[in-house]
Amino acid sequence: MNDMSTSTVTEDGRTIGGVMMEMRNITLRFGGVVAIKDISFDIREGEIRAIIGPNGAGKSSMLNVISGFYHPQEGEVWYHGARRKAMKPYQVARQGIARTFQNIALFDGMSVLDNIMTGRINHMSSSFLDQAIWWGKAQREEVEHRRKAEEIIDFLEIQAIRKTPVGRLPYGLKKRVELARALVAEPKLLLLDEPMAGMNVEEKEDMSRFILDVNDEFGTTIALIEHDMGVVMDLSDRVVVMDYGKKIGDGSPDEVRQNQEVIDAYLGVAHD
Amino acid sequence: MFYREAGDFKTTYAADNQTFPIAFDRWRYWAVLFVAVFVIPLVINDYWANALLIPFLIYAIAAIGLNILTGYCGQVSLGTGGFMAVGAYATYKLMTAFVWMDMVTITLLSGLITAGVGVLFGLPSLRIKGFYLAVATLAAQFFLVWIFNRVPWFYNYSASGQINAPERMMFGVPVTGPNAEVWVKYLFALGFVIVLSWVARNLTRGSVGRQWMAIRDMDIAAEIIGVNPLKAKLTAFAISSFFVGVSGALLFSIFLGAVEVGEAFGISKSFLVLFMVIIGGLGSIFGSFAGAAFMVLLPVVLKIVGVDMFGWPTDIVQHLQFVIVGGLIVFFLIVEPHGLAQLWRLAKEKLRLWPFPH
Repeated sequence: MNDMSTSTVTEDGRTIGGVMMEMRNITLRFGGVVAIKDISFDIREGEIRAIIGPNGAGKSSMLNVISGFYHPQEGEVWYHGARRKAMKPYQVARQGIARTFQNIALFDGMSVLDNIMTGRINHMSSSFLDQAIWWGKAQREEVEHRRKAEEIIDFLEIQAIRKTPVGRLPYGLKKRVELARALVAEPKLLLLDEPMAGMNVEEKEDMSRFILDVNDEFGTTIALIEHDMGVVMDLSDRVVVMDYGKKIGDGSPDEVRQNQEVIDAYLGVAHD
Repeated sequence: MFYREAGDFKTTYAADNQTFPIAFDRWRYWAVLFVAVFVIPLVINDYWANALLIPFLIYAIAAIGLNILTGYCGQVSLGTGGFMAVGAYATYKLMTAFVWMDMVTITLLSGLITAGVGVLFGLPSLRIKGFYLAVATLAAQFFLVWIFNRVPWFYNYSASGQINAPERMMFGVPVTGPNAEVWVKYLFALGFVIVLSWVARNLTRGSVGRQWMAIRDMDIAAEIIGVNPLKAKLTAFAISSFFVGVSGALLFSIFLGAVEVGEAFGISKSFLVLFMVIIGGLGSIFGSFAGAAFMVLLPVVLKIVGVDMFGWPTDIVQHLQFVIVGGLIVFFLIVEPHGLAQLWRLAKEKLRLWPFPH
């Protein structure tokens, strides 16, 4: 294992910094059901971290803990070297954590542009009165943030649909718009819950390219859940493997691939 | 032919964001405004003002208010009548307690008071949604009407239990009371409509409006990206109630003049405004106007056609109105949930290419 306190350089020349987020002995229960059992792992600055595991392993629950949706009964979440108190999701968002959802959660009644502009909310500060009379700061701010939104629109190549109501878009584009909405917030940590679920090969390739570009160009740290092993092994720097709420593996894709417990979890194990 | 985008290039984001991006729409808007402000006051008469124009303007404000809450923020409210009553009684108390105060200030203050009451009754929305919230606001409706009936302080211990708008002057002419002329009342209401619809448009186009719509469309995702649901919902309740309160204040002070709360601000008023919003179009400022115009116009047109032209009995025509409104509500909910505003939008889409089909 690498020394966690110093930065390292990957084979492809990206710099991975110190620990950004650390989960310490997280346990999450829903009544009698234990969704996450005493799991610890960390996410380092600038890396792409994958969380994998069979269905029902507790991956999405883990993401929900990070984004403040669930509050674990035991354990601590450390972020940028400080212990995080129990927070509401919108407070977590203000700390620079953005996410996408497994089953797309866009604002269907709004246009693509409005969806993306909503993602800028944490950067907007014009007062209510300013907005009511649409003068000075409110107007300036709208244009300023529109510029940022357009950058992301260019980046994700969705220029042609910017005024289309989201409800009319096909699935693959919706996923992309959702990524845009998360990206436009300029998050430090981006959580992607199955960004490639239900996509064909071409769409998966596009999405993989965008994920790598985001990480490379913006230096965004990414934690993702994905079922497509090929994608996971290609994209990620380190992988956490979960099964039945427990961590059964953690390390580079190669290490994880060799891990006997992981192989058992995925392929099953013979009972004698 | 003249309704075209071609050649109308946008070179700045500000120009791309404007309310009427097509030049023809812009001109039409200014033309309508010009006629409303400078022409109509000269030609207005008592019948048209009292039967159509003034109620249309006043209900348009209420419809915009409810549309902000229900259409933009997705919180159903059946308490509109009750909140209008708050505006009306606040106006009455202010008019009688502070005789020197001008009507604009009084009306705005009534709006503010209603906003406060609205926030109070909006608190349950943080816990409950949809149908259950509708029932909670229904409770507000009945409670408010009850309290204005039961506490004599609100109607200054008058024997009849009614409130009456005393005469108040503005710029040397009476605005309220029996001596006020219709063109003054009309212009007074129009001023509020112009300013408030402009404010509503500003709020719904910017960050506040996007937060409301985010809560409406997917509250969980809204919270995840940083919308504070408490703040978004309560501001929607506050702004909405402000509009509704101003509308109630105007309905009492310049239109009805004398009000008995159960009769003027009963549950049927809540439904009237809700129907305006549904028929006009949820989530559209223009729809609020269209809905208000429709609901004000319908009985007048029916009366002219049914009673005057065909000589049907009045009660039949009145019941016909219920049938038509009921049928239209069902029609719009099934066929076009975004109401007249959406039909208007579709017509404009078609018009952009007319006479070519594509």
